[in-house]
This record gives sequence, C-alpha cells and structure tokens, in this order.
Amino acid sequence: MTSVQIELAGIERVFHLGDSEVHALRNLNLSIAAGEYVAVMGPSGSGKSTLLNLLGLLDSPNIGLYRLEGRDVTTLSSDEQARVRSQRIGFVFQSFHLVPRLTAAENIALPMVLAGLSPAQRAVRVKQALKDYGLENRADHRPDELSGGQRQRVAIARATIMQPAVILADEPTGNLDRATGEEVIRLLEGLNAQGVTLIMVTHDSALGARARRQLLMEDGAIKQDIRHGTRQDTNPTPCAVPT
Amino acid sequence: MRSTDLIRFARDAATGNPLRASLLVLAMAIGVAAVVVLTALGDGARRYVMSEFSSLGSNLVIVLPGRSQTGGFSPGNAITNTTRDLTIDDAQALQRASAVSHVAPLAVGTSEISAGGKLREVMVAGTTSQYFQLRHMAMAQGRFLAPGDWRRGASEAVIGSKVRDEIFGSSPALGQLVRIGDRRFRIVGILAASGQGLSMNTDELVFVPVSLAQAMFNSNTLFRILIEAHSREAIEAAKTQVADIIKLRHEGEQDVTVITQDAILATFDRLLGALTLGVAGIAAISLAVAGILVMNVMLVSVTQRTSEIGLLKALGATGGAIRLVFLTEASMLSLAGALVGFGLGQIGAAVIRQLYPTFPAYPPDWAVLAGLATALVTGILFGVLPARRAAQLDPVQALSKR
Repeated sequence: MTSVQIELAGIERVFHLGDSEVHALRNLNLSIAAGEYVAVMGPSGSGKSTLLNLLGLLDSPNIGLYRLEGRDVTTLSSDEQARVRSQRIGFVFQSFHLVPRLTAAENIALPMVLAGLSPAQRAVRVKQALKDYGLENRADHRPDELSGGQRQRVAIARATIMQPAVILADEPTGNLDRATGEEVIRLLEGLNAQGVTLIMVTHDSALGARARRQLLMEDGAIKQDIRHGTRQDTNPTPCAVPT
Repeated sequence: MRSTDLIRFARDAATGNPLRASLLVLAMAIGVAAVVVLTALGDGARRYVMSEFSSLGSNLVIVLPGRSQTGGFSPGNAITNTTRDLTIDDAQALQRASAVSHVAPLAVGTSEISAGGKLREVMVAGTTSQYFQLRHMAMAQGRFLAPGDWRRGASEAVIGSKVRDEIFGSSPALGQLVRIGDRRFRIVGILAASGQGLSMNTDELVFVPVSLAQAMFNSNTLFRILIEAHSREAIEAAKTQVADIIKLRHEGEQDVTVITQDAILATFDRLLGALTLGVAGIAAISLAVAGILVMNVMLVSVTQRTSEIGLLKALGATGGAIRLVFLTEASMLSLAGALVGFGLGQIGAAVIRQLYPTFPAYPPDWAVLAGLATALVTGILFGVLPARRAAQLDPVQALSKR
C-alpha cells in the first residue's frame, strides 16, 4: 500500500455566488495510497462534498494539480474524464440515485451499458453481483419496490460493477437506519478489504472512527489527518460476508 | 453505448412518462394526419375535375368562332378584322379531315318547352347525330337524333331526364308531342341521368337537329364545333387540319380558335396542383407547431430528469452519449407520432371516400412522404436544443437536485 493513487497538490476551488466568492477548497494537498480507507469528516460547508466531487472528476479545481494513478486528470477533455469515471471510479450516493423506471438488475447494468459492454458480458456480471449482494430475488423489482437497504445495495453493486479502483461514498448511510447502515458499511469495508480504495464522506463520527484514516476538514482545508496504524496491523479485515 | 442499448434506453425513457409521450405523439400525429387528409382533399379535387373533364369525351378538339390569340401577320388580318361566323357548312367540311372521326356542330339558345299545360324554360342545343358518340352519352329510352342531312332535320327532340320529370312526371314521354318555342317536336329519346357534373348538365337540356335550332333562334351561326380525333396521337394533326380547312373556307383568315381538351385539362391540373401544394403548406405549419411542442416537452423532460442526467455522467456517460440519448428519444417519439398520424390520415381519407364515393380522396405519395419526412426532421431538429442542454448540465448541480 505504498503506491500513491491519488495526489492533490495546491487545489483551490472557488464558487461565485452573486458578487461574493466562496472558497470551497483552499490550497489543499493530499495523497492517498491504493487500498486506503479514508473518512472525510467535518461540519457542513467545510468542503467535504466539493472534495469528493473533485476526486470523482465531476468538478474541476480552479487551481492545482490532481493526479490519479500518476496521470494528470485535470487537463483531460470531458470525454476522457467520462472514461476515467467509467473505468476507475465508483460512486455511492446518500440518496441512492437509482433510475426509477429501471429494475434493480438494469440499474446495476447501467454503467456497463454506458461503457458499451456486450449483453452477454453484462448478464454474467449482473448475475454475480446480484448473488454477491443478496439481491437475487429482487432483480426484477423497481427501486420503489425495494427497501432503503436494498436500494443502497443495488447502488453499491452498480458502483462496483465496472471494477473501479476507487469508491467514493457520499454519506452512504445518511438515509438509512442504524442496522441497515451498519450492513451497508460492512459491504463497503469488505470491498476495501479486497483492495479497492474507499473514500467516504460522513457526518457520523462513530462511522468515521472505523476508517483507518480520517480527514477532518474545516473551511475548505484539512485540519487534521489521523491515521490508525495500529488498527490496520491488528485487525486487517473488519469486514463481513455480504448478506 | 451500443445502438440497441441506446434505443432501448430511449424507449424506456419515453414510455416511462406515458402522458408526456402520448401528448407528443398526438401533436405530431395531428400534424401528419392534417397533411395527409388535406392533400387527399386537394388531390381528390384535382382528380375529380380531371375525370369530369375526360367524361366530356376524350380526344376532343373544339372550334370556337373568333380569334383569342394574336397570330402571325396575314394579309387577311391586315384588310379586315371582322369575324366570320361558323356555319354548318364549315362543320360539314371538317368531316373531310383525315385525323377526325366525329364532327358535331352545336348551336345553343334558351327557349320554352310546353306540353300538357306545363311550361318550362330550357336550354336548347341544336346538333347532329354524331354528338351522341362524341360526348359518350347514354340513353334511358328511345334513340338520339337520327343521322341525315344536317341542313334538313326532322322535327324530333331528345330531352334530358330532369326535363322529362318536370314536364311529364310519371306519365310516358316517349312519342309525345311538345312545343319548343313556336315549333312542335316529337320526343324520340330520353337521355340517361348523368348526375351532377362540372360540364353542361345534360339532364336539363333539350336536343334538336341543328338546322331547326338555327331556325328557332333565327341565326345561322354555330356556338361551337366539337371534333373528336381518331386517337390521342392524332389530336395535334386534327387541330392543324381543322385550322387549315377553316382558314381555307374563310378566305385565308385564321378567325377561329381551335382548342384541345388537353390544354384545358393541363390548365386545371396546374391550378389544382398548386391548390394541393398550398393546402399541404398550411398543414405543414401544424407540423412546425408540433416540432416546437417536441422541443418544449423535451426541455421539460430534461428538467425533470436532471438528477438522472447527473447520475449518467457520474457513471461515465460522455456528453455526446447523453445528447444521443435525448435525440434518440425525440426522434423515436416523432417517428411514432408520424406513423400514428399517417394511419389517422389514411383512415380520415378513407372516411371521406366512404361519405363521398365519387370523390377520389387519395393522398398523393409525395405528400405522404414529405409529411413523414417533415415530421421526423422537425422532431429531430427541435430535439437538438434540449439534448444539448442535457449534455451540458453540470453533473454536480444535476446530482444535487432531487
């Protein structure tokens, strides 16, 4: 876990709200190694979500350099950025963001459809994902026929279907009760245990404490960068088999 | 994105909101149906007029007294401009022309017909036996005027069906004596009812030998000479021969006008063709309106599906892919609307044909194709702006919208 996967240097992100300028991120430097488990915490308006959007190439910085796997991605064209998102990054959202008219299986297959994978290839992967996330009986249900936990499992299955290197989760348990939230977190941690970098924005300090590395943000800057080295050594896989 | 996936995705997106989709399809359908029905009406009118004219008799050449066009210089013209009348002798002379199969002189005037105490004003046509073949007429009873010397006709008359009904009612008319003007005629034939037509309605006509009609109206001129050429190809030859013969008889002066039915037909064809085009143009406006509706509905769709667009971008869709998704959806809806409208228009035209069996309300092929093409093009054209807007959405803002 020594290879640097994500590297941010001197990142500035400024929003213009009317006449006033809001510095969402100021002079941010950060490097994250492959396979890390990072929780981004801080009060609202501290720039957590902006940071996550930036890492996910949904947003680009005004100033600064973003290297993903050694490649400067800030200067890529929007189509190339879309390709990077498609191949390397998976998103998990607080409000799930499932397409309401598509079934669970179709929602999971969506990134592969967009990437132009063949239907046969898709069918194999979707079948496996449904099995892994315990959604086999729910494959043909639409999102409004699923429980919150099931919806988030569908969303996680969708985020991982293209086998990304990084998963970006924005308050993944924010709309779930404690028990289902716990279940979802264990799923994400399980993915991290398999080597996927997990970056999670959360309000919940208990949840944040589970991460091996915590970034505390305030006013668009990282105030604290805490690593739990010991935990990593003693208990390497705090994961469970997906239910 | 694979094209089959693209079509499936666009189809699901379109059917995901049935009200929106059906409204759009309806708007497009009305536009296309309007084009189909209106052009069917316009072209039907054209065909109707054409068929009415051909029922006057085919290969028809008509000689009118007087010259309506300016021709080349001729010595005759220089000396005098008085028009000579067309006479029965002129008509008889035309029978010599090789390209001519039938010749019928026509003298027309109004007079009164009376029988059994009933009196009616009628149009009296003086002609000869060949008129019957020339105009493709049919008899209900009896026979048409007898052939014979054109200058000496027997006192016999052929009446139209309406004249018969009004003068004789249900009592037999054939063989009865009637008074027309100050002469007595025996009725030898009754024409079959021809129905309403654009031509002179033969139902209200009384035919008498041309010499008697001239005597009745106290003139020796003809209203027209109708000539039938041997074949369609012989029309031009007949025309020149007729003109030459008349010129010869009129001391070298071209003082008649010879027209062919083709010329009249062509004029009407052009006129009504232009009418159809105009009507199609008006209908096309409704297609343009439908196109604007497509744009509006698609813009609303983009707004409604903002978060979905943001999601697609987060999942790795390029701007081009999103543009394509929305364009595909717009064109699919337009296509569906065009097809539905085509069906509706054909049904409408069929209903018109059912209601008015004599009216050939078939939409012309060019109009149907143009209507369908216009629907598709407007649908896609007006789909471009919403699709561009969707593709340019900022993913972060799009995702944060619930």
